[in-house]
Amino acid sequence: MSWRRAPYLLPLIAFVALAVYLSRGLAPGYNPELLPSALIDKPAPSFDLAGLKGEARLSNQAFADEIVFVNFFASWCVPCRAESPVLMDLARRDVIVLYGIDYKDKPEDAEKFLQQYGDPYRRIGVDENGRTAIDFGAYGVPETYAIDRTGRIRWRHVGPLTADVVTKEILPLLRELGAS
Amino acid sequence: MTRALAVAAVLLGIAHAAFAVEPSEMLANPALEARAEAIGKQLRCQVCQNESIEESGADLAHDLRVIIRERLKEGDSDAQAIKYVTDRYGDFVLLKPPVEPATYLLWFSPFVILAVGAAGAWLYLRRRPAPPDEPLDLNQRRQLERLLLDDQ
Amino acid sequence: MIIELGHFALILALAVALLQAGLTLTGAARNDLNLMAAGRLAAMAQFALIALAFATLVHAYFVSDFSVANVAENSSSAKPLLYKLTSVWGNHEGSMVLWVLILAVYGAAVAWFGDAMPPRLCARVLGVKALIAIGFLLFILLTSNPFLRLSPAPEEGMGLNPILQDPGLAFHPPFLYLGYVGNSVAFAFAVAALIDGRVDAAWARWVRPWTLASWCCLTLGIAMGSWWAYYTLGWGGWWFWDPVENASLMPWLAGTALLHSAIVVERRDTLKSWTILLAILTFSLSLVGTFLVRSGVLTSVHAFAHDPRRGIFILVLLCIAIGGSLALYAWRAPTLEPGGVFAPISREGALLLNNLILASCCATVFIGTLYPLFLDAVGGPKLSVGYPFFDRTFVPLMIPLLLAVGIGPLLAWKRGDVLGALQRLWAAFAAVIAAMLIAFYLSHGGPVLSVLGIGIAAWVGGAAMVELADRLRLFRAPWAEVARRALAQPRASYGMTLAHFGLAVTVAGIAASGFEQQSIALLHLGQTLPVAGYMLRFDGIGKHEGVNFTADRGDFTLLDGTRVVAQLAPERRFFPLQQQTVSKTAIHTNLLADFYLALGDPDDKGGWAVRAYWKPLVPFIWIGGVIMAFGGAVSLSDRRWRVGVAARRAAKGALPVDGSRV
Repeated sequence: MSWRRAPYLLPLIAFVALAVYLSRGLAPGYNPELLPSALIDKPAPSFDLAGLKGEARLSNQAFADEIVFVNFFASWCVPCRAESPVLMDLARRDVIVLYGIDYKDKPEDAEKFLQQYGDPYRRIGVDENGRTAIDFGAYGVPETYAIDRTGRIRWRHVGPLTADVVTKEILPLLRELGAS
Repeated sequence: MTRALAVAAVLLGIAHAAFAVEPSEMLANPALEARAEAIGKQLRCQVCQNESIEESGADLAHDLRVIIRERLKEGDSDAQAIKYVTDRYGDFVLLKPPVEPATYLLWFSPFVILAVGAAGAWLYLRRRPAPPDEPLDLNQRRQLERLLLDDQ
Repeated sequence: MIIELGHFALILALAVALLQAGLTLTGAARNDLNLMAAGRLAAMAQFALIALAFATLVHAYFVSDFSVANVAENSSSAKPLLYKLTSVWGNHEGSMVLWVLILAVYGAAVAWFGDAMPPRLCARVLGVKALIAIGFLLFILLTSNPFLRLSPAPEEGMGLNPILQDPGLAFHPPFLYLGYVGNSVAFAFAVAALIDGRVDAAWARWVRPWTLASWCCLTLGIAMGSWWAYYTLGWGGWWFWDPVENASLMPWLAGTALLHSAIVVERRDTLKSWTILLAILTFSLSLVGTFLVRSGVLTSVHAFAHDPRRGIFILVLLCIAIGGSLALYAWRAPTLEPGGVFAPISREGALLLNNLILASCCATVFIGTLYPLFLDAVGGPKLSVGYPFFDRTFVPLMIPLLLAVGIGPLLAWKRGDVLGALQRLWAAFAAVIAAMLIAFYLSHGGPVLSVLGIGIAAWVGGAAMVELADRLRLFRAPWAEVARRALAQPRASYGMTLAHFGLAVTVAGIAASGFEQQSIALLHLGQTLPVAGYMLRFDGIGKHEGVNFTADRGDFTLLDGTRVVAQLAPERRFFPLQQQTVSKTAIHTNLLADFYLALGDPDDKGGWAVRAYWKPLVPFIWIGGVIMAFGGAVSLSDRRWRVGVAARRAAKGALPVDGSRV
């Protein structure tokens, strides 16, 4: 092959490179809509929310020196119903410390929701105007964040939690954070 | 919500009754409102993927529009207002990707491609033309003349 | 039973396509006329079978046969008839059947007109097309079968997405596919030429009508899609640089380049291997577009429901089709005879510049579209590439092209004279200055870039007119001679003038978007809203029942002083089946400007949010697209392009040499 032929090979080489990249896009589990949180490894935003049904206020001061999970939910959110058995199971087994933030909801609706599907939360803050969710960089509900002992966000999950997420992500995360 | 949109097999069009800026959100000060609109147009709506928050009907886009207007009223510069959003949602929300090492290839390749193409075209045009006909020597000229005469 | 017949017909079509590939390729290799003739019959049979399969699917939608899963998932019984028909391609599976149907239409057309071509070229083209058909028929049958039954059949279907319940769905996808898939013909010609090892002027002539036809359809398809988005969206955007839009723009840019470079091959017997590469790339970009839309690797508002199996299948098809053809290119293209030398300042030089810029623009769109995926793949940050990127790269690249499009047609072949051309263009310069002054005056010193854009549009349009006047010797020769020249001009040259003029019209429409004015307000009954010197009065609001939706319909009057300009009735439609609300805008146009009105949400005190826009010249964007496509059609109707004529002339070894043409 002479150098004169080389330029004619360029399109093929470019295409092979393209095909490799496109195949990366098809890898199992790749989802272009899944975005990493911008707050990973950054301090959790500070907030101070009214408690549900007249309970004490919920602020990030409550999280001191403990690995906590914060779950954004709402009574009007259908996927939240799907994830509630998973949350209830975690709460029953006492695997994680879970706080809830009730997103853009009427408190009475939220109470009904918790009566019907169970209340896995240690305490619940009411994010009436959704600003706390925006401070967390949340897209909607449900969404779950893990905060380590130093108050930094270490993990975020968009959408309903499943048993699969618990075994593949939450439990390893707890081991990692517990060890450090 | 995002899944639902994707599953909605939309061929062309936006997957909801997009309704952009609402009259109630708009600022009374037209200069400030114009700035807010310009900022909103540069930020991507996170839950609807390919619209700016200024154009989107999504709830979160509405909240962000309101926040941007609040920030501007409190005296934030445009850059500060944008930073407020990117601090929370990352650079992904910038419709104009920042010019940084990771995007040099993106930003400069159009012009590099044009330049390389132009260089290639130039080389192509400068290819050595077929050797020009050498002037006929005396003998050949005589031969030619004879041929022409024969023709007549 | 009927749908099973369709399923069977599609399987049979696959068998026929296999047969077609075998017959044509063996026939061409052995130079066996009988085999090649049989291959042409197979192409027609393949078309008939796919048409039958498509017809059974249409039938299932017409009678709302919900025992067919595809119908149950995408249609419902209470729906206007038109939308029952268009639902057929409003979903992934059905649209793939339309895709292969159009592929077969082009295949049958090549076979039908094949008499005029050398039999081996025709056979190889049909062979390549059969191979493509095999790939996509397998794709449908194995991963996206619309002919499957549901048991038990549901009582009612899930309905068509309300956004898609629009006449736009009737025309936009079929034209888009006619364009995308039509590029397969030029692709097949290119591969056939590589196998044959020969590209000459006659080849360029044969491939041209097909390229033109698909280019016209793609132009119309893109224009219609943009218009559809414009009137559906509620705020009047018409282009979003969305990955799926880009997927249609890339083959258009490459196809436009191909149309122009094929002229150089035809007239000057040079740029051959580049033209072959463009023909391959144009269809490859159509295929990549298909992959992007249907695999879910990119986020887009248009995405189909995704399934990784489909993505992998299409990727394999891509590798075979594109990788195979490019490998063939790498192997055979160097053996194509090198073309003649040419001067940079000449018609062919201008066409080369056109190709250089269009190819760079196409590459820019490609990179912008795929960069987020690329960064992801190398572990970089998650980024968005939105309109600001394209505004800053694509637009500056287009400007030199728009400037050059005015001069190029005035340059002679072989050796042009730029100064002479510029002198002849004085009228176009005058048009530029006049247009910019008018735009500046009417917009009260509006945005500078828009005024400049109007100037560029006037340049392109003015130059197209000057070039035509030049050719007819208008104002320089007696009228009788002008008339004689006008009649003697080949249609293809009128086609070029029209297409370039259409481009100018589109550019004007795009540039003028900077002049638009908007008013957004909460209106109560009887209140008025000033918009761009007009008054909009809110007269009433009422409920309105559609076949499958209920709507709030506003009544508005647009007033110019006291004169009534138009009555407008925008709606907000609620589709109970999908629980979705869709805005139906009201547009009043006089073709020079649109008045665009959308109704928003009510507040709790009887006020309604209203968005009103005055959009000058916006209709020009699509009118220009239609003129461009019409120019292509006029060019296509040129007697000399008819396949038969080209063949006979080529057989005699004489190509007509006459005035300029595109």
